[in-house]
Amino acid sequence: MRHELLLIVITVILLIVEIFLPNTQKHKIILPAILLMAGVTILGFFPGTPGVLFGGMYQSTQLSMMLKNILNIGVLIIFIQSADWLKQEQNKEKISEFFLLMLSTLIGMNYMISSGDFLMFYIGLELATIPAAALAAYERMKEKSAEAGVKLIFTSALSSGILLYGLSMIYGTTGTMYFADVAPLITGAPLQVLAFIFFFAGMAFKISLVPFHLWTADVYEGAPVNVASFLSVISKGAAVFIFTIILYTVFFKIAVMWSELLYGITILTITVGNLFAMRQQNLKRFLAFSSIAQAGFILLGIIGQSQVGMTTVIYFALVYIFSNLGAFGVVGIISNRTGKENINDYDGLYRTNPNLSLVMMLALFSLAGIPPLAGFFGKFFLFTAAAKQGYYILVLIALINTIISLYYYLLVIKAMLLNSSDRPIEKFKSDTYTRIGLLMCVAGMVIIGFASSIYEMVFNLSFGLY
Amino acid sequence: MSILTLFIIIPVLTIIGILFSKSHMQVKWVAVVGMGLQLLSAITLILLYLAERRAGNMAEVLFVQDNVWYETLNIHFFLGVDGVSVAMIGLTALVVFAGIFASWDIVDLPREFFTSLILLASGVFGFFISLDLFTMFLFYELAVIPMYLLIGIWGSGPRHYSAMKLTLMLMGGSAFILLGIIGIYFNSAPGGGQLTFDLIKISKLSIPLNVQLFLFPFLFIGFGVLGALFPFHTWSPDGHASAPTAVSMLHAGVLMKLGGYGCYRVAVFLLPQAAHQLGWIFLILATIGVIYGALGAVWQKDLKYINAYSSVSHCALVLFAILMFNQTAMNGAIMQMISHGIMTALFFALIGMIYGRTHTRFINEMGGLMKVMPFLGVAYVIAGLASLGLPGFSGFVAEMTIFVGSFQNVDTFHRVATIIAASSIVVTAVYVLRVVGTLLLGKIKNEDYETITDAKWYDKISVVALIFGITLIGMAPLWLSDMITGGLGPIMHKLLAASPGLN
Repeated sequence: MRHELLLIVITVILLIVEIFLPNTQKHKIILPAILLMAGVTILGFFPGTPGVLFGGMYQSTQLSMMLKNILNIGVLIIFIQSADWLKQEQNKEKISEFFLLMLSTLIGMNYMISSGDFLMFYIGLELATIPAAALAAYERMKEKSAEAGVKLIFTSALSSGILLYGLSMIYGTTGTMYFADVAPLITGAPLQVLAFIFFFAGMAFKISLVPFHLWTADVYEGAPVNVASFLSVISKGAAVFIFTIILYTVFFKIAVMWSELLYGITILTITVGNLFAMRQQNLKRFLAFSSIAQAGFILLGIIGQSQVGMTTVIYFALVYIFSNLGAFGVVGIISNRTGKENINDYDGLYRTNPNLSLVMMLALFSLAGIPPLAGFFGKFFLFTAAAKQGYYILVLIALINTIISLYYYLLVIKAMLLNSSDRPIEKFKSDTYTRIGLLMCVAGMVIIGFASSIYEMVFNLSFGLY
Repeated sequence: MSILTLFIIIPVLTIIGILFSKSHMQVKWVAVVGMGLQLLSAITLILLYLAERRAGNMAEVLFVQDNVWYETLNIHFFLGVDGVSVAMIGLTALVVFAGIFASWDIVDLPREFFTSLILLASGVFGFFISLDLFTMFLFYELAVIPMYLLIGIWGSGPRHYSAMKLTLMLMGGSAFILLGIIGIYFNSAPGGGQLTFDLIKISKLSIPLNVQLFLFPFLFIGFGVLGALFPFHTWSPDGHASAPTAVSMLHAGVLMKLGGYGCYRVAVFLLPQAAHQLGWIFLILATIGVIYGALGAVWQKDLKYINAYSSVSHCALVLFAILMFNQTAMNGAIMQMISHGIMTALFFALIGMIYGRTHTRFINEMGGLMKVMPFLGVAYVIAGLASLGLPGFSGFVAEMTIFVGSFQNVDTFHRVATIIAASSIVVTAVYVLRVVGTLLLGKIKNEDYETITDAKWYDKISVVALIFGITLIGMAPLWLSDMITGGLGPIMHKLLAASPGLN
């Protein structure tokens, strides 16, 4: 329980500190929040002992500890990158709420990942969802943000409801909620298949798979940039992790069935994500559709059904965290300072803000899968995992889609480096927090590919159907 | 640590040096020193290689270095060279060195330009020294993406369109290659045991025929996109024409050879049975490419487009020769890669220098330039004569070897293809001589031209280095030819074993 307890402790500490801060000094909470989160992240890496709590409802394994560490790193980077935005005038009154809400979602995700039965899983899922909707509506004075929050909470509630319905059917057919007990009782009976589809629908909403993705672009566009980056990376990542684990441990008996389902959904997700991304002008919507396509790629690893499959999923999620947070980080700082969010506004950015353009270029290349950045390794390994099961045609379709995705990523790079503009975004200095945040992302993107030990570590902790 | 890692370390250090340089002049000199060291290393490598072979070392690859990288996936950082790769490294080093001097006049963002250029070069070097399929692919992709920036930012004409088309088509090719490599990987342990990306180990296996037939088109087309295989060559004319001088030099001179080398080293070497069965399809495409490129060059009025189509034709000739599957033709193919690489680099360098002085690339607008810039004029004549195969220059050696080797295949299909391809020599003569005549001889068309200057010192270094290359190979080709033949042993062995009917 170490990760969860640490997070609860720092949440309480931040709450208490906030009470004692006078109204004019609320921004002073930013540094303690970041330092506390850094502390939690570092402490999380200390080796722990696996264990089981609450009669099996909560299980802590080496794998789940590693996954929680990955999420912690992501949230830490988001905290650091949010500092500039939080200090702005309109957010002065609610800085600590941001941290508290985000920590609450993270706690929920931690419980979700460590769940040993469907009830704990659902509790974690709900705890992860509701504060996220509040975060999406953070800038409630802006129409779009309020709209994003409402959209998110309605669609989340609907999909959670359907998921819960599916879980109830599983209980109905097996008589138990515990993963270990449900697994041998899965027979592929029609009611169980229906239950699985409802469960899948609920998870697919969270991961933004097609056709459950319709909320994604609007919510990312309306929510503040840092919340959008959180949703695209942490929320999605946690859902992917627990989805993979449940598929492999609980539903392995109907693996043939769900791998067929995933086959179609993968093609649909990657293609639709790419096609829509090509047409976007607003960078937040652009990154939203790009995230949808990347989620489709992650499915390639899940469909691998092997230890290599799960390894590549986790590895790619780690790489994706650094790449996407890098891209969102640049979009965020530019949006905060200048309010500009369209690709056209980025024309000629390299001439005035070369470092920011460079970070954006590296992030986009990593997302596209260009060596020597980590995204290349992540994508290559995902293709390997899918090919291992013999899905060569699927890999070919994914490869062609990688080229399509390269086209739209190049459109942004074209704007920044190739196009020139009469009125480019002016030169500005980013503050230290943003610099550190972006530097962390760049370091991650550049180093992870070459540090093979990370892959080995993930591989040793993963498991598969074979 | 083998000497081969130098070829990665030197470019990385050069890039770091460029990033820390304070002035534009310093950037250029750092680049010169870096790539000069690279050229010296390449020459040293050639000499060391020849010495090792003379001393009796008959190993398949020399200067081997094998570091495990991803243990569970069995990816290694595996370096090693044979005669063919050593020759290609020499070509790359020479062309990059000349390219730095040809870019001396870059005004806009020189730091970024030279960084991208050297990054591209390091990708190419890495590809030639690697023997692990994953690492080769990594360097291959690394070599493609800087092209987008180089053409898009520093190019001319429809540069945005050309850059995007080039990048997407080349990446499309590499997508196919990736599929092929993964396919080979999963068939690399037929008797159980660990899967591997090791090229040498895979070449000792025999992959099932149905798998080969599935993978061979992906690999050959994938590498063929870069190697100007008709009809996947369409990125090339616009790409070369829009690119800045040094980029065209590097791209036509070296990058397109990556495609030919990849076809030879990966597609044909690892999948010989499929190569025999499916080779005739690609032979038809290559022959069409040779003629199409040459005829296309005849129609063009823009110097760069003429040279671009000419490159398509010559690179298709490389693929043509590889697909003949006999030792002489293969030898010719590698020689042609090197010879054409230097020649086309020379051409693009000269075109860049001419454009810089006349500010036009249309041959009709120029004339009589020999009178005002004799050095560049003579250099252009030499380049032209080498291109159409005048004995004494490397073009003759390469093309003669290719056609003699191709004609050794006695069946009608191959003979007809050879005759068609050989007729491209005549077409080449037409456009080369016509350009030389229109451009350099006759009356000066534009009075502004009477005051243009001849080559500067940095232009001269670039041109002389390249002319030295083609003359050396043209006058004394045997050392190169023997070095290449030594490296052809394993692939010829495999091809003969795969189909004993062919010579």
